[in-house]
Amino acid sequence: MAEEQRMCMTVFNGTVDKLYPVSIIASGAVMNDMRVDIFLTFWGLMAFRKEAIRTNTDVSADYADMAGEMLDVMQKKNVAHWYDTLVQAKEIGDIHIHACAMTADLFELSKEDLDPIVDDIIGVGEFVDMANGATTLYM
Amino acid sequence: MEGVTITREIDARGSFCPGPMMELIRVMKTAAVGDVIAVLSGDRGSRTDIPKWLQKAGQEFVGVETQDGFDRIIARKVK
Repeated sequence: MAEEQRMCMTVFNGTVDKLYPVSIIASGAVMNDMRVDIFLTFWGLMAFRKEAIRTNTDVSADYADMAGEMLDVMQKKNVAHWYDTLVQAKEIGDIHIHACAMTADLFELSKEDLDPIVDDIIGVGEFVDMANGATTLYM
Repeated sequence: MEGVTITREIDARGSFCPGPMMELIRVMKTAAVGDVIAVLSGDRGSRTDIPKWLQKAGQEFVGVETQDGFDRIIARKVK
């Protein structure tokens, strides 16, 4: 049997222009039968709080002047919400979403504060071990 | 695609990459062997991604018909 192909993503950013590629690339990995582990840290984790996950409309400061236009085009063209794309990919494929324990401690977030799509809260040591030998991305 | 009976059609027009492909993967998982599934897609990525996925998954790519502003991509579940 061929060795399992794996992708590990560290999601540091919590702006929607970074979260779209997270969900779309995770879908591409599912298409390729890869196991995906997503590690949410700092602003990436803040974006997965229950109250933020659907309402967040932040765009990276580097592209702030295009933010309104981007969100407008996406709404007009009915682009699926990045969260729905990630939910769909997780239903079909082998995706595991982990919250960074350090960030959770810092901002006093418990599992209950996070959207149920998040599977667990783990330390960096465990994630780096998962990332060993996998395709790694930093988003 | 003459002579091919479509079991199920997925209308994923208006959905962006990877939407149509993910819809197909979802339907293929629960379809019966022998089912023929057509995906309507206006997305450029699916046109190449779907045949590649079918090959990788060991399923049959029946063909693609290009219609007015969208593609009709046809697949058969063979296993």
